[in-house]
Amino acid sequence: MSTLAVSGLTKTFGGVHAIEDLSFEIRAATVHSIIGPNGAGKTTLLNLLTGVYLPNAGSIRLDGRELTGAPVHAFAAAGIGRTFQNLQVFFNMSALDNVMTGRHLRERCGLLPALLHTPGLARAERESRERALGLLRFLGLEAYADACADAMPYGALKRLEIARALAGEPRMLLLDEPAAGLNPTEAAEIAGLIRRLAESGTTVVLVEHNMRLVMGVSDHILVLDYGRRLSEGTAAQVRDDPRVIEAYLGAVDTRVAGHA
Amino acid sequence: MRASSRADARRTWWWATPRSGGIAALALVVAVLPLGFANGYFYDVAIQAGLNSIICVGLNLLIGYAGQISLGHAGFFALGAYGSALLAARYGWPPSLALVTAVAGVALVAYCVGRPILRLKGHYLAMATLGFGVIVSIVLANDDRLTGGPDGMQVPPFALAGYVARSDHAWYAIVGACLLAAVWLAQNLVESPTGRALRALHTSEVAAAIAGIDCPRHKVNVFVVSAVFAAAAGGLTAYYAGFITPSSASFVRSVELVTMVVFGGMASTFGAVVGATVLTVLPQALTVLKEYELAVFGALLMATMVFLPRGVVPTLSGLLQRGTR
Repeated sequence: MSTLAVSGLTKTFGGVHAIEDLSFEIRAATVHSIIGPNGAGKTTLLNLLTGVYLPNAGSIRLDGRELTGAPVHAFAAAGIGRTFQNLQVFFNMSALDNVMTGRHLRERCGLLPALLHTPGLARAERESRERALGLLRFLGLEAYADACADAMPYGALKRLEIARALAGEPRMLLLDEPAAGLNPTEAAEIAGLIRRLAESGTTVVLVEHNMRLVMGVSDHILVLDYGRRLSEGTAAQVRDDPRVIEAYLGAVDTRVAGHA
Repeated sequence: MRASSRADARRTWWWATPRSGGIAALALVVAVLPLGFANGYFYDVAIQAGLNSIICVGLNLLIGYAGQISLGHAGFFALGAYGSALLAARYGWPPSLALVTAVAGVALVAYCVGRPILRLKGHYLAMATLGFGVIVSIVLANDDRLTGGPDGMQVPPFALAGYVARSDHAWYAIVGACLLAAVWLAQNLVESPTGRALRALHTSEVAAAIAGIDCPRHKVNVFVVSAVFAAAAGGLTAYYAGFITPSSASFVRSVELVTMVVFGGMASTFGAVVGATVLTVLPQALTVLKEYELAVFGALLMATMVFLPRGVVPTLSGLLQRGTR
């Protein structure tokens, strides 16, 4: 059972605590959502969990292995994949090449075999292409396989990022607002995808503002506010927590609430 | 369904892929071209163009694909040339062994220059290579006991297994074969996981690293590969010309090489060949304009960048694809 253990994590930007002394655990093959008002530190947390930011204090362990301070590609090699809130697609490549790039960790990348185009490399390339086409099909993107990414619509690019992240066969997938800008039908498709991933054994960490999606798919929810843990628990527990309601809607004045 | 059949079609027509089809076309051009050569001068210009093409094919891997600028590739070129020349002339090494040893030495130098610099993000490589190129040219000009100083030095002819290459025809064949080999190697690299990694880190280093790509390692690797291409062309140039001077390492020469890559088209191996060839041949053709030569040359460069902003080959092939669709 793979678990991610975070303890005492702190990140400051010029004196502002974006994440302050945060500890939590994520169990394998569950959907773990991180929610909170704007500026709560959700994306900062994802950047810490993928090594993009170096924490000021605290540690991140995957299956007991210390990852704090490792370069970003080492986090990826340990099995952590992610998508980005603002798209980070390789716009100079086709959709297929984007997904094949996501398979980098599963490919042999020696310089000499690449220069000489050895038969072994050619075979691996064919297999890689097949798997990437399979993933494009899985996400309903097969029509775009040869299209350059800069000619694809926004919703398709969102799914392309997920396909690229899945291509690395991560044990833990971090999704940063996968449903942002999608219509309800597309958001429902993302929800179905997240459930299927969790059932197949991939741990999903979800940062999302679409509460219907979060409440529908999450096994566990962590609520952040000002970089600290505000609440934690199942969807039902979090929904009824007065502190969460206060953070989202401000202090509840019963009289005003009654009129509204 | 439609997409997969299109992918199948792309795999069937081998002659339409850049690697096999493009190289076959280039081989044809290299083989047929001498039919139009009137005299030795044509051979000389063609050989110069071929040698510049070899450098630019390597430099394009670095600039066009990985997005890293080098302003010191003339330094690697000159080190390859002087290394080969010194080992062959002063120490009596066989020319081929001298060439291979010089290229290996340059690979080591490039690794030592690139390794500390390429861990940083941004255009530090341009600054570091600029300094490196200047240092090389100063050392070559001043260490006159070894290199002959600004006057240059003689280089013995190239010989392999008893055969001595002297004629223009022999050199045309050697450089042509080396150019085809360079294009083949470069195009292999481009169409490999490493090539994808380079294009990826060019667009977004964060996204590339998230995909597990070790960006510093790949940048150093491609920097070394591009330096090796330049050094090999340098060694060949030394043997072909029979004489080398420190001006081959000059900053102007480095900028000229970058211009060739940008003119021909970034991230296109064949663009690099076209850029190097055009910018080698054009100044020769423009000599008839006498004092207007440089003005016309500059105007042509400007017009190209205005009307073909992505470089000659990518822009034209893009237009062609849109036309056939």
